[in-house]
Amino acid sequence: MAMIDEPLYPIAVLIDELKNEDIQLRLNSIRRLSTIARALGEERTRKELIPFLSENNDDDDEVLLAMAEELGVFVPYVGGVEYANILLPPLETLCTVEETCVRDKAVESLCRIGAQMKESDLVEWFIPLVKRLAAGEWFTARVSSCGLFHIAYPSAPEMLKTELRSIYSQLCQDDMPMVRRSAASNLGKFAATVEPTHLKTDIMSIFEDLTQDDQDSVRLLAVEGCAALGKLLEPQDCVAHILPVIVNFSQDKSWRVRYMVANQLYELCEAVGPEPTRTDLVPAYVRLLRDNEAEVRIAAAGKVTKFCRILNPQLAIQHILPCVKELSSDSSQHVRSALASVIMGMAPILGKDATIEQLLPIFLSLLKDEFPDVRLNIISKLDQVNQVIGIDLLSQSLLPAIVELAEDRHWRVRLAIIEYIPLLASQLGVGFFDDKLGALCMQWLEDKVYSIRDAAANNLKRLAEEFGPDWTMQHIIPQVLEMANNPHYLYRMTILNAISLLAPVMGSDITCSKLLQVVTNASKDRVPNIKFNVAKVLQSLIPIVDQSVVEQTIRPCLVELSEDPDVDVRFFARQALQTSEQVMMSS
Amino acid sequence: MIPLGNGEVGVPLPLEWKFSQVFGERAAGEEVQEVDIISAIEFDKSGEHLATGDRGGRVVLFERTDGKNYAFRKDQEKMDYSNARHPEFRYKTEFQSHEPEFDYLKSLEIEEKINKVRWCQTANGALFLLSTNDKTVKYWKVQEKKVKKICDMNLDPSASIGNGRFSGPIGAATDFVFPPGGFPSLHLPVVIVGHETQLVPRCRRVYAHAHDYHINSISNNSDGETFISADDLRINLWNIEISNQSFNIVDVKPVNMEDLTEVITSAEFHPTHCNTLAYSSSKGTIRLIDMRQSALCDTHAKLFEERETPGSRSFFTEIIASISDIKFGKDGRHILSRDYMTLKLWDLNMESSPVATFQVHEYLRPKLCDLYENDSIFDKFECCLSGNGLRVATGSYSNLFRVFGCVSGSNEATTLEASKNPTRRQVQTPSRSSRSFTSLARSRRRDANGGVYDFSAKLLHLAWHPTSNVIACAAANSLYMYYAEDVPR
Repeated sequence: MAMIDEPLYPIAVLIDELKNEDIQLRLNSIRRLSTIARALGEERTRKELIPFLSENNDDDDEVLLAMAEELGVFVPYVGGVEYANILLPPLETLCTVEETCVRDKAVESLCRIGAQMKESDLVEWFIPLVKRLAAGEWFTARVSSCGLFHIAYPSAPEMLKTELRSIYSQLCQDDMPMVRRSAASNLGKFAATVEPTHLKTDIMSIFEDLTQDDQDSVRLLAVEGCAALGKLLEPQDCVAHILPVIVNFSQDKSWRVRYMVANQLYELCEAVGPEPTRTDLVPAYVRLLRDNEAEVRIAAAGKVTKFCRILNPQLAIQHILPCVKELSSDSSQHVRSALASVIMGMAPILGKDATIEQLLPIFLSLLKDEFPDVRLNIISKLDQVNQVIGIDLLSQSLLPAIVELAEDRHWRVRLAIIEYIPLLASQLGVGFFDDKLGALCMQWLEDKVYSIRDAAANNLKRLAEEFGPDWTMQHIIPQVLEMANNPHYLYRMTILNAISLLAPVMGSDITCSKLLQVVTNASKDRVPNIKFNVAKVLQSLIPIVDQSVVEQTIRPCLVELSEDPDVDVRFFARQALQTSEQVMMSS
Repeated sequence: MIPLGNGEVGVPLPLEWKFSQVFGERAAGEEVQEVDIISAIEFDKSGEHLATGDRGGRVVLFERTDGKNYAFRKDQEKMDYSNARHPEFRYKTEFQSHEPEFDYLKSLEIEEKINKVRWCQTANGALFLLSTNDKTVKYWKVQEKKVKKICDMNLDPSASIGNGRFSGPIGAATDFVFPPGGFPSLHLPVVIVGHETQLVPRCRRVYAHAHDYHINSISNNSDGETFISADDLRINLWNIEISNQSFNIVDVKPVNMEDLTEVITSAEFHPTHCNTLAYSSSKGTIRLIDMRQSALCDTHAKLFEERETPGSRSFFTEIIASISDIKFGKDGRHILSRDYMTLKLWDLNMESSPVATFQVHEYLRPKLCDLYENDSIFDKFECCLSGNGLRVATGSYSNLFRVFGCVSGSNEATTLEASKNPTRRQVQTPSRSSRSFTSLARSRRRDANGGVYDFSAKLLHLAWHPTSNVIACAAANSLYMYYAEDVPR
């Protein structure tokens, strides 16, 4: 047993715990690997620590994951980029383990290191590693190899490049669907590094194979490749090679493939240019909007605004809008909900006239939808329409919708609408708000559900911020203070909470003249829960009000509470007193 | 019946089955512990491993003794009797997969009994499998680890205890400087790798809280990333990597439970088509669904159902029609189903009737009343196909199981007993020779004709080796293995 100097003691523990039986301690040590490396010095890190890690790779997955992550940023500790290849062997082993998240992290770290390595080192160390993994006995190694080609390829000499392309093409035909999936999902990244000439030949033929794979899960990922490849190709090549594929995919037997197309289609419009978009992609998209499978319609409906943004308004009105009308009365509530969450964004695209003429009826029908989610989604995006046509045209339907949501029997729906009230207030203006919505905001303070009362108190604060203290003095404070004597203690507590939230917004004067009185009165409450909440509120008021007020009103009240028979009241009162003393000391 | 290919010379001769091995054989007079009763059997795809599950929530793994040793295998080939060797297995390891639980919300006890075991893709020599009880599916990894010894620590391990764990950031303090060459006094612990290995089972994922009813099947998809779990009314689709969400793809629960007429009894993925799935029902139908058609597969692509013969209806017709198990053939073209009295082989291209029907224990037909009274009529027998698809097998009572040839023209129908002497009661039609049972029966129940059936000794679970003629079957707590050599034509 070597003698360890006192200051080195913690590091010695850290090193020993690399092999502790407790997984938490091993994890801790691995996370501090850089500290261990610095303590050993660069040379011994290269010669001892890294081989040590390479040999001890049968640890639990959590430890391996941490190791894979640490090694990705380890270049400085082994002596800089010229020694980066030292780090490859342990990561290579981690690329072969069974747990997906460990492999993914190891690949990520390898890419990070590879991106820093010199070209000659890549050829000497990195490319052979990729080839070894690609030829691995178990599918796990081959899966990992697919994610490394885009780092290896650019620096490879011509011969090796040819070989790498052919290896990748083999991986795309691997027996294991897992490997083909990995190859398909990494194809875009790899293709971005391949020269245009090979892109059109090798990569496109790989891509075509993938698009015809037996496994739905592989074809699905090939769809993602469409957009990525489309952006790399010249528009005419994209039209020749990608367009037919995507049009095919949009009619695939598998709804999951069509679902992916619905999600990705708008990205392709830019790559192919306006004319093919009009002739091919718009009809494909219209088909998807009318798909049999609700999941596909949900995806398509959710992209309707993004898609229309690319088209010229004429096309959108002519082809897409009729579908949107259909979808607004779709049999699936999720489709309508997806549509409602984006449809408001179409207003700026279509312009004022088309919006009033075409979209407004849809908005109004969605605002009357039987499912609250749909209505909520419309209300949440109100600002986008407001900019185009103003709110007046909507306000007639808006109010009943809001009132109904505000009284919905599901508290989560009520909660959602409360969160939108400040947005509504800012869009609708003070006048409208006072007439119609003010009463609702007070009503929520007396809701049966705590979360609603809590949100209601918060809502008052946000309204006060929106409309300013003068307005609040007139429209909120009197109503709130009226409720301070509610017979139910839980409601009295909500008012205390509202006061503590409003006070910072209202400022010192109003707090002292209006609010403080209510709080000190509440300190005489018969319920201890109210009393200790009074202590908490008073504590929060100390920084807001003037020192003299603390001395004359707050402290005497707290002193009284600190002698209360209830232990909790005494505790919070004393805590508040301590705060007041600290404030006094510092001032 | 499966038509013969052009290359075939004729109908293969019946196999001669011989006893191979037994695990957990009961001694005379020994009583069977409930927890030891085997409740699931499954060979892996390569045939190198076998797994069983039992009522005590344990999973036991067996491995082939002749498979691992390649040198030995090569020697065998040289000696030209490689064909003569049949696979033999040895105990590998076991682990507690499920524990008894209690659902406090529903006030329900959840048994630990393993309902199904399914092998998953192996990787890096580690074995992976899924096991399920009534409610929860678990994903297990069994890995061989070298036994390691750690020595030469920086600090005396006994002394370091109680010195307090260090937690502050080292090197962050200004007075602590790392010299460029490091501290020579520090060193890494030495790990000595022993020759011994240790099998470590680890539960990797738990797929829970997705079933309101009892899980009857789990099945892996050919895509290698998804599997299904089926209960009485619903089938859920999972990604192996994600345990906190699943998708409901089949739901046969009626709005009003009083309208319930049919439950799901078994479900299996097609061996190669990732989008095809079959499930059977208590009404005797098999539905094939195409997962590409829609997200919720309420409509089937195909419905396999045999039309009732008019006039044959009785009180038991519906009960015995219930399918207890279905299995796809390796070719993916046939489905084998087991109902109470028969084994049926279906061609995916013919929905109207099975291509072959095998009577498993027709002699019990007059006894259906008794079987109903003692609940035996609800026993769930499993079935299996041979790797080449030429034969099928299923279990019966009195620890018997039957093997049928399903090539057209074959009349192979063998009855075997799960014991060391499987053929001692070999009879083609037990109903006719029921008299011969009497001499063997001791504590068994006799009927008026002198026929004896032991309804408690039911052989529910069995599996056929994927590449050779080996059948593993469970008789209570014992696992019996039988083999047959291919008879030269």
